[in-house]
Amino acid sequence: MPIRKVRIFNGFERFWHWTQALLIFILLFTGFRVHGFYRLISFDQAVYFHVVAALSLIVLWIFAIFWHLTTGTWRHYLPTTQGLWPVVRFYAWGIFKGEQHPYRKHFWRKHNPLQAASYLGLKLFLFPVIWFSGLAYLSYNLWQNGVSHPALGWIATIHVAAAFAILAFVIIHLYLLTTGGSFVHHLAPMITGYDDVELTEAELAYLEQDEPQRLKRR
Amino acid sequence: MAGIRKGTRRGRSWLALLLIMVAFPCGAETQAVAEREGGRVKLGISEYTDIGVKGPVDNPVTALDKDKSRKSTADHSKFKELQGPFNSGPEVTRACLKCHNKAGDQFIHNKHWTWSYRNPVTGQQLGKDYLINNFCTNARGNEGMCAQCHAGFNRTSPDYDLSRQENIDCLVCHESTGTYYKLPPTRGNKACAILFEGKPPIDWVKVAQSVRLPARANCGSCHFFGGGGDNVKHGDLSSVLFHPPREVDVHMSEQGGNFACIICHVGEGHQWAGSRYNMIARDEKEHALPEPGMERQTATCESCHGDKPHPRTSIRGFKLNDHVDRVACESCHVPYTARGGVATKVFWDWRTAGRLKNGVGYQEEGYIQGNGEARDTYKSIKGSFKYDENFPPVYRWFNGVVTYTTIDTVFDPTKPVEINHIEGSPSDPDSRIWPFKKMRTMQPYDRGRNTLVYMHLWGDDKDAFWGNFNFSRAIAHGMKENGIPYSGEYGFVETWSWWPQNHMVAPKEKALDCDQCHSKKGRLASLTGFYLPGRDSAPWLDWFGLFLVGGTLAGVGGHGALRLLLRRRKS
Repeated sequence: MPIRKVRIFNGFERFWHWTQALLIFILLFTGFRVHGFYRLISFDQAVYFHVVAALSLIVLWIFAIFWHLTTGTWRHYLPTTQGLWPVVRFYAWGIFKGEQHPYRKHFWRKHNPLQAASYLGLKLFLFPVIWFSGLAYLSYNLWQNGVSHPALGWIATIHVAAAFAILAFVIIHLYLLTTGGSFVHHLAPMITGYDDVELTEAELAYLEQDEPQRLKRR
Repeated sequence: MAGIRKGTRRGRSWLALLLIMVAFPCGAETQAVAEREGGRVKLGISEYTDIGVKGPVDNPVTALDKDKSRKSTADHSKFKELQGPFNSGPEVTRACLKCHNKAGDQFIHNKHWTWSYRNPVTGQQLGKDYLINNFCTNARGNEGMCAQCHAGFNRTSPDYDLSRQENIDCLVCHESTGTYYKLPPTRGNKACAILFEGKPPIDWVKVAQSVRLPARANCGSCHFFGGGGDNVKHGDLSSVLFHPPREVDVHMSEQGGNFACIICHVGEGHQWAGSRYNMIARDEKEHALPEPGMERQTATCESCHGDKPHPRTSIRGFKLNDHVDRVACESCHVPYTARGGVATKVFWDWRTAGRLKNGVGYQEEGYIQGNGEARDTYKSIKGSFKYDENFPPVYRWFNGVVTYTTIDTVFDPTKPVEINHIEGSPSDPDSRIWPFKKMRTMQPYDRGRNTLVYMHLWGDDKDAFWGNFNFSRAIAHGMKENGIPYSGEYGFVETWSWWPQNHMVAPKEKALDCDQCHSKKGRLASLTGFYLPGRDSAPWLDWFGLFLVGGTLAGVGGHGALRLLLRRRKS
């Protein structure tokens, strides 16, 4: 089967990824200031940029959800056990022996099963937790009803705990760029949009016929 | 004026230092002691030399919508009724009441006149005629001195005829020459006689013809000197407010709003809004934001600024408006107490009162305040004091209800007694976080009955403390005179009083930064019972984070290191 450079991340997806990355970085940086880890910037500035970044990310997310649903991209995140075990075994064992990554990107499936499961967990659990706790935190004045509500402390705790988990995700996410090929090799597709994908003859024929712009000329 | 001035007697003051250091073994006191070293000692017990209007009489804004003084429809200097001659205050008042024939009846129902107020919430009988404070302690029985600031003439004892309208002092509130003054109604002990010397006679006709709506000079001539000296009591009301710089008070400054007191303390029929006895700690939405140009009979910030005072066009403004239901405006906008160079008393120790030099009372200058003037840190007639200025207030939850320790309140003398207890809590929707000046005093109490006492301070007799310096006789006399049972034994109890900080509102650029409260050791560090971002967090949360993020880093690091190691071995 031919391996071709195919554009797997289109413009919006890359914009979404990088904007989200920047906003998450700003949110972590300012959020931990509000939490009181350091005092490099003032509380006032931290809250301001945290809210601005959060509201921007919400807008971005609304677009991204719409995009996922209308383009069918959401299917990339469907969880599967098919091929999951070899990937797990690779990170736990094979990688140390210099084995090749067992997963080949497909045209219709750009994430390996472990990756897809992680992203799905992030999107369906961690992000909603931080969103809902964050929005509740931001809007406490609308629901606390004139008294200092004891729930606010719990909301803040959940929000910060989720932030810690997201920071852990970011660390693993960055580290995994170094596995199964070079850092640049993993990074490049999210910048250029193109990656090596094993195509079936039918897929190649389809792309050449209907979406030639997604194929890089040799 | 002041008696003979002499240099510091070193040996004597060192002994005093030693005594004070033993008595108060904490840091702040030692500092006050160090300042004391350069202080001058003035023999004699003259008082109140620093009271009165400072600088020219102000011409403030009295009409908010027009941003200037109200136009009077009458020129009082043309009235034949005011051509005199007048030889006394009551004569002038009779002339005033001839035309203002309802003013007298209005005024005699007012706190300034009755010195009496029954709090409708607590039912407590309050007012200067009843209360005991932790400064000079009680006006009752000492009217001969204290009624210098009664808005009437000749109040010399508790048996004052409150129906006699000719005794209303119209001039103290309405005259505009700055030459009018009030003296204590009686002369007191001969040692105090020095008080009455050197004052030019009052030109009654001139002051009577000068009347207008009250300016800061009028209200301030008493209210800036509560407790017997400049800014002694309140902390936020001092002679600085006669002509405050903009950064001290944005409303009252001539470079700012140039407000008269009555712009906020709106009144009608000689009743004014904004008494400390019964406060509005959180102004309800329906009361805030009156129709443009309308006056509301409240003295809250919200009555002009509404309950969403910050601009709603920005995220910052929204977030600040979120605070309004729980944080009083003053908490951020009155950033420090006693600004502008005049200090306030923060500690008073009656125990040291009564020391004599050469057989007479004396005063000791020991504190140089911001404007360069010296303040007395010891007075034989009152004891020792400490001053402070430009200091952060204490913050408390407050719902507007204040419960007083009155003459009949029995307390536990082993604990500090709150003269006025501030009610409120974070779970009470009517409470907000308010700034207070805390006054701490060691003052006499009835050791047998565990109550406060009325002291007989002022009088030309053998019992008045000011002149005889004998607590035992002064207390026995004060209690007997008012028909209060007294065990005959007195001691000293620590008392606290709380002074809400509402004045000296700084311009917005000088309001507190968020960090002042939203930090671990911020101004609200000791207020518990609610979650404050930046200050609070679950104690396990950071450990959870450290474990999770640290564990991830360790895992990733170990994984990477193992890869590198094995790759190297292979090659």
